Amino acid sequence: MSNKRFTPSVKLTEADVTDQNVFNGRRKLLKSMGFLGASSLLASSGQANAQLFDLFGSSEEETKKPSSYLPLEYKKSKDKSQVLTPYEKVVSYNNFYEFGTDKSAPAAYAHEMTTNPWTLKIDGLCEKPTTISYDDLHNKFPLEERIYRLRCVEAWSMVVPWVGFELARLIKLVQPLSSAKYVAFETYANADEMRGVKSRFAGGGIQYPYVEGLRMDEAMHPLTLMAVGLYGSALPNQNGAPVRLVVPWKYGFKSAKSIVRIRLTDKKPPTTWNILAPHEYGFYANVNPTVSHPRWSQASERRITTGGLLARNRTETQLFNGYSEVASMYSNLNLKQNF
Amino acid sequence: MKRLLSKPLRISNNVRVTAKTLIHLIVLGYLGGLFYFGLNDALGADPVKTLIHNSGLTAVILLLITLVISPLAQRLPCADLMKFRRLFGVYAFFAALYHLAIFTVFDLQMNIGLLISEIIRRPYITVGLITFILLLALSLTSFDRIKRKMGKHWQSLHNYVYLTLFLALLHFSWSEKTLLQTSLYYWLVAFVVMTTRSMKIKRLFKFK
Repeated sequence: MSNKRFTPSVKLTEADVTDQNVFNGRRKLLKSMGFLGASSLLASSGQANAQLFDLFGSSEEETKKPSSYLPLEYKKSKDKSQVLTPYEKVVSYNNFYEFGTDKSAPAAYAHEMTTNPWTLKIDGLCEKPTTISYDDLHNKFPLEERIYRLRCVEAWSMVVPWVGFELARLIKLVQPLSSAKYVAFETYANADEMRGVKSRFAGGGIQYPYVEGLRMDEAMHPLTLMAVGLYGSALPNQNGAPVRLVVPWKYGFKSAKSIVRIRLTDKKPPTTWNILAPHEYGFYANVNPTVSHPRWSQASERRITTGGLLARNRTETQLFNGYSEVASMYSNLNLKQNF
Repeated sequence: MKRLLSKPLRISNNVRVTAKTLIHLIVLGYLGGLFYFGLNDALGADPVKTLIHNSGLTAVILLLITLVISPLAQRLPCADLMKFRRLFGVYAFFAALYHLAIFTVFDLQMNIGLLISEIIRRPYITVGLITFILLLALSLTSFDRIKRKMGKHWQSLHNYVYLTLFLALLHFSWSEKTLLQTSLYYWLVAFVVMTTRSMKIKRLFKFK
């Protein structure tokens, strides 16, 4: 592969990001006005409480600035065109069922996960199976910033400045055999550190470890990223520390978090959401506005940025989330059947 | 039936007025406060989702409170509690209206075409709308004058509150991505509330 740097077709910017101080200042103002105390009696468990509580509660969340995570050395992205989702929102609104099904649960409980030391094993149909340590994740490959859209299957989306390396580099390192047609991902599952793994109820009734898979050409595509950081620092645990997959043209659930094993295989690997509800979630899960989920229209999405209720943030969803350079991989595939 | 207190509990007019005022303040304060924080982007990453989720949950909780009042009034006993039932019932409707309004105005952003196609194509939204219409019918017929006019038909209409609760919980569970989630707690509470009127439920089903 040439050393020419790959540039994604969708250009997104860091220029218009909401200043963290402005964001926090507003939160503090609201806190000082806090007249809602009594009303939280009405709210039961769940997101509501956690978030309202957060408004009046300790400033613990606010101290978790990017700076409190390991700063990374990386090549900054030059893309400038779209508003980033503020850091606070990227790290507080996560689907990571190993820590609970509420969007706020990962931010509340993921700190219990051990991410260093870490072992990522790459094996299966290859010449040189290997293992990667925590330090290797940051040092073995040059890191670069990629500003990608993340489109959740639940019809919301974010714009995140990831830091990482192309998955292709890792796969080339182990020298895949020609029989390797698919790549299977397995994620961390430790009942002692993850309440959702310990209790079936807390974990939404999903089988752990969470598994995902890609076709070999998808895995080798230069858009496919192994992210080790966001906003210039190491990944917060709730975002899938210390290493996660990011496949920007597919729904978010394909981008598995906290990966411990990558296996090259000749068979299409099982994937968690597909096992759970095969009519709702396919193997491919390419973002496609014309194929709706049984419970959500996928024609449009709400982009999570700033602005509160009045933000006119509903936008049209684009095929492959706008990353048209992947289209050639699917020219022979019926996208309606292979959703 | 076992009674919890030896003497019936009475609620004086003053206590009742104070309690009702507090209920108004809490419910309106909570829903109004949520809206205020939502406007200011202080309801988490996605204020629209938070607002939809919490208003729906508020409607379910208020509906459960409404249904707990008559068994409680019998068992304490405290007949005066019945004077609070309509207030909670109408607020359950109000919270559902708020829930639907937030969904239409801030989630779908007034895309009425999308609203209609969502109602038709998404079964859990269809169920939600039916629940809303039932709550609307129960609220509109809750005025004393209409109640008197309806005579015994009033009770047969208002027995649909049980179906309403069932549909509300179905809508809640169906909106979640997996089965084992928060809504199960509310099914459990609903089950307990309904067992207190098992005789009545049996009777209702025999009529059909």
